[in-house]
Amino acid sequence: MKLFILIILFFFALNVIAEGSSRSIVPDTMTERVRACTICHQDGDHDQARSTYYPRIAGKLEGYLFNQLRHFRDGRRYHQPMALLLENMSDDYLQAIARHFSQLNVPYPSPESIDLKSNEIQLVEKLIRLGDPQRNIPACSACHGDTLMGNTPYIPGLLGLPSAYLTAQLSGWRSGSLIRGQVTNCMSEIAKQLSYDEIIAISRWLATQAVEGEAQKVLSPDLIKRCQSIFLEGVAQE
Amino acid sequence: MSPYYFCFTSGFARKCALGYLVFFVLFGVQINLISAAPGEQDLARGEYLTRVGNCLGCHTAKGGVPFAGGRRLSTAFGTFMTPNITPDKETGIGHWTEEDFWLAMHEGKSRDGRMLYPAFPYTEFTKVSRADVKSIFQYLQSIAAVSQVNPAHEIPFPYNSKPLLFGWRKLFFKQGIYEADPTQSEEWNRGAYLVQGLGHCDACHTARNEVGAKKDAAVGGGQMMGANWYAPSLYSRKEASVTDWSLEAIIELLSSGVSKHANVSGPMATVVQQSLQYWSPQDIRAMAVYLKSLPDKTTQENVRYPEMPESAKRYLAQGEKIYEKYCQDCHGEVGQGVPGIYPALANNRGVTLPVPLNLIRAVLNGGYPPTTHLNPQPYGMPPFQQLLRDDEIAQVSSYIRNAWGNRAGLVTIVDVDQGRGGNH
Repeated sequence: MKLFILIILFFFALNVIAEGSSRSIVPDTMTERVRACTICHQDGDHDQARSTYYPRIAGKLEGYLFNQLRHFRDGRRYHQPMALLLENMSDDYLQAIARHFSQLNVPYPSPESIDLKSNEIQLVEKLIRLGDPQRNIPACSACHGDTLMGNTPYIPGLLGLPSAYLTAQLSGWRSGSLIRGQVTNCMSEIAKQLSYDEIIAISRWLATQAVEGEAQKVLSPDLIKRCQSIFLEGVAQE
Repeated sequence: MSPYYFCFTSGFARKCALGYLVFFVLFGVQINLISAAPGEQDLARGEYLTRVGNCLGCHTAKGGVPFAGGRRLSTAFGTFMTPNITPDKETGIGHWTEEDFWLAMHEGKSRDGRMLYPAFPYTEFTKVSRADVKSIFQYLQSIAAVSQVNPAHEIPFPYNSKPLLFGWRKLFFKQGIYEADPTQSEEWNRGAYLVQGLGHCDACHTARNEVGAKKDAAVGGGQMMGANWYAPSLYSRKEASVTDWSLEAIIELLSSGVSKHANVSGPMATVVQQSLQYWSPQDIRAMAVYLKSLPDKTTQENVRYPEMPESAKRYLAQGEKIYEKYCQDCHGEVGQGVPGIYPALANNRGVTLPVPLNLIRAVLNGGYPPTTHLNPQPYGMPPFQQLLRDDEIAQVSSYIRNAWGNRAGLVTIVDVDQGRGGNH
């Protein structure tokens, strides 16, 4: 009997040692699991060379991130490295990854310093706060929040992002390549009304703003109707 | 609260998921016993067999409705567009009878008598029993009908010619249900039936000749049709033979996607996620028994490599520097890796395959093993094409292929460039 107990204890100890040693090497955390993401979206460790294009995803809205991850995986938003990385992932795991990044609280980098002409600033501030009713362009702040920090749960914040990334996304919406031209969407309708000069001015202006405030939680019924597709995206597709 | 939710919060995800699977299987069986009305068991069986054959893998467009077709399969012979196999009467197979379906699966003929292209693996499905084909048909007829018209195949001359297809079939298609080998166990025969038939493993794990026919009747290795990956031979201990593995290790890899020997990647990861993780413990074991028994046809057993010239040593030294900077943190100082998490590179057959394509793709694109019930939150590898130039990728790949006892051909910039193509 004693021998039996000793053997049991021995195996138990072995098990503990094995668990302990592997854990000390590779932490059983989401941070470790998403190292494949943070090499480009380096959150916390700011490498200027790379942060000139790759968007910051720390602190973005969970619903927005989850939607984008599914779009990349399912071929609705096209960026080959993202598509290949997410290829064999379940919705559950994508949700967990979105939650992880949404909860990160990392200091924002200082705004880009770009010189804008005063007429450019005027133009952008008008589009941001008032839109252009004649071209059926709503104010950016109407959807993305007065703080421009997004609108819970699906509409992304616009601050703290590289101007190159913003220009690429707005141009993608305009040319129909962002969601591969398959979806009529509020944002592509709006972007098609903008000129490329306006897109560049908006992107530069946004990148020079200091990041302050929280995401909003209110959207007018008109805009909910207009941007219906973005809300349907939130429904799990199985 | 579902037990699955608890798994995510408990921090013992993998073990807990195993418990969940056992719980699910036990309960699933009980429910079946209690509520099995006539037909229901058939449907469950059909659903299971449809998973085993991974029909939705091809018959679903990326992000599309399952079984509604529309996936593009690009091959050297043109682009095939998979059809809608939901029971929609206009655009799917709602008009089909069980006999029609049997002819497609067993003889490779469509409802109108047209010969089907072997992109549909009837060359393997012909081995499936009539009863199993009937179950799959019953299940497919029970799912929701989806009206979806898919574009036509884009097959250029001469591959679109009927006489050519007729000739191809005469030469390379052997019709017939799997015949059990009486000298082998029932379990082995079940495994052989699954691997050769519904599992259609050698649709990929085989070398093909110039007209897309399998070179050997056996499961050899080869560049995949329609995907820029090399499917390693299941007959070679230098490739993917599992003769030397324990049954448990084979089962672990095929059902969870990771094991202490290897992680699955590329199209095989997709197969594990879409199909193999759902196989019953009996079937996955039978498959492992059969795969383990496959004869070892390793060629070039003990190649004597010549002494490496100085220029090659310098090339590898460049690669070593890159390895130390970018790879070592996860894969270890001597390529030892962390079992089940970050694969070992020392003595890893996946990195020393005769064709370096899979290694190059791993470095370029990174990737995650599939999410499975047993491994719901895998660890992953970043895409290094964002950080490294092609010449650096060639150097580090060459180093990995020749460090810590590994020995394989050097990788060139041209190889890296060829590794870029293809979505898969």
